[in-house]
Amino acid sequence: MNPRHVVLLSAVLCLAACGKPGAAPQAAAKTAPAVSAAPPAAAFVPPPDTAIPADEFGKQVALGRQIFLDPGRYAKAYVGNQLSCENCHLDAGRLARSAPLWGAYPMYPAYRSKNHRVNSFAERLQGCFNYSMNGKAPPLGDPVLVALESYAYWMSKGAPIGTALPGRGYPRLAKPASVPDYARGELVFKRDCALCHGGDGQGQQAAGRTVFPPLWGPQSFNWGAGMEQVGNAAGFIKANMPLGKGDTLSDQDAWDVAYFMDAHERPQDPRFNGSIPATRTAYHDTPDSLYGTTVNGQLLGQGTSAR
Amino acid sequence: MAVVTDKRHRLAAARFIACLIALFGLSRATVAWADSPPDGATIAHQGNGHGVAPCMACHAADGGGMSAAGFPRLAGLPQAYLRKQLDDFADGSRADPTMRPVASALSEAERDAMAAYYSRLPPPSAVAPAPPTGEAAQRAQLLATRGRWSAGLPACEQCHGLGGIGVGEHFPPLAAHSAVYMANQLHAWQQGRRHNDPMQLMQRVAAKLDEADIAALGAWYAAQPATPAKETAP
Repeated sequence: MNPRHVVLLSAVLCLAACGKPGAAPQAAAKTAPAVSAAPPAAAFVPPPDTAIPADEFGKQVALGRQIFLDPGRYAKAYVGNQLSCENCHLDAGRLARSAPLWGAYPMYPAYRSKNHRVNSFAERLQGCFNYSMNGKAPPLGDPVLVALESYAYWMSKGAPIGTALPGRGYPRLAKPASVPDYARGELVFKRDCALCHGGDGQGQQAAGRTVFPPLWGPQSFNWGAGMEQVGNAAGFIKANMPLGKGDTLSDQDAWDVAYFMDAHERPQDPRFNGSIPATRTAYHDTPDSLYGTTVNGQLLGQGTSAR
Repeated sequence: MAVVTDKRHRLAAARFIACLIALFGLSRATVAWADSPPDGATIAHQGNGHGVAPCMACHAADGGGMSAAGFPRLAGLPQAYLRKQLDDFADGSRADPTMRPVASALSEAERDAMAAYYSRLPPPSAVAPAPPTGEAAQRAQLLATRGRWSAGLPACEQCHGLGGIGVGEHFPPLAAHSAVYMANQLHAWQQGRRHNDPMQLMQRVAAKLDEADIAALGAWYAAQPATPAKETAP
């Protein structure tokens, strides 16, 4: 095992998001429907927070929402970085084209090529903790999973089961005109991302709380997360970044800066089997992943130790 | 209500006139300024001897500002932010008839000194006004903490931090600013009089706010403490 602590000296860095698409199972089970970057005509409208019932069930829904907004406090034992669910699932998991919970919940159980079997929604949530949160999975039945599932279930009221709704997952951008490029991505990053995420991509905190999430490095999502896939990241970025200015980047910019972000070192894939090439073959055998490739002279996939 | 508003206007006008008098009165003062680096405290209290009135005439001796007149607090704001605002007042990207001549009359070194001085002052400790209640409170809390994503509007604290305490150099505190100042700035963003925001972030945000939002947010942040409240464990 060589989770080598790699101190990247790369002068400049990259962009946007953190975790993984709650709704777009990697490479897989169900393909996200959005083909263009344009917002879907009519997205599902989840019930307002004020509709959370004042009963025992509602308590779990409310707890799930709190966990979602601040997992570092409310699910501390299972979180290994500075991210929160909401960093990649905006508006508390409600926003269309930001992998909303109402787009994911009704699509489970689902077969996932990520682990070659049918996963329940709770198992899907376990993946979020393992990879996007670089932590450990709460056991099935754990109060954390029960609360999160309650929240997702409640939010999906009225959504059809097993139907891929417009706005679920992240938009799937058309292949870019030019192959995504590190140097171009770096320029986009400096121009549109560094203000918030920092020139070193490590985000910003205030009063001990993450305000702008770290995009790579020891406090970000690990190599097993969905956002590690350049296409996922490009879709998220295009639709949602810079915050409050979604859909202002060109598709090419979104691809380039997603590539730039994902060409930085981050915590090792928990499925690492002792060899970077073998781990790539087993879990990252797609042009969408930079794991195990060499970019700017750096072999990616070496991992970073937790600080 | 009309009486209160009228009184506020008169107060604001009085402050403004006081400021102008101080500005021009002191502009002719001759003080023997040495070649030593400018001292922020001296300029804050006495002016710079060549056109700049004492900052405290409008921003108060403790840098806490004058709420009713909309003169903002400077104490405890980020140094780089303050420094940039002085440049922006001078070049007009933050259009302000009061501050433009002041900033223009400060040398580069004096701008540095003022930014350093005020950034190091403790945030004002004056008793905060009562927070809004009812519909205004609900509206403000929602905008501050959750945003209005149906309109693509992020929450204030997604950039300005929990409770509006400010984040880094580019996202100044919102807490403990007066409602008048907050409303003035949001209107300035809306009307293009202020366009010195990085990446046009605030111009976009302000364009999505209506008058009720602005009034509620101003009152909300005026009542927030400048330093974060202690969080209790879950």
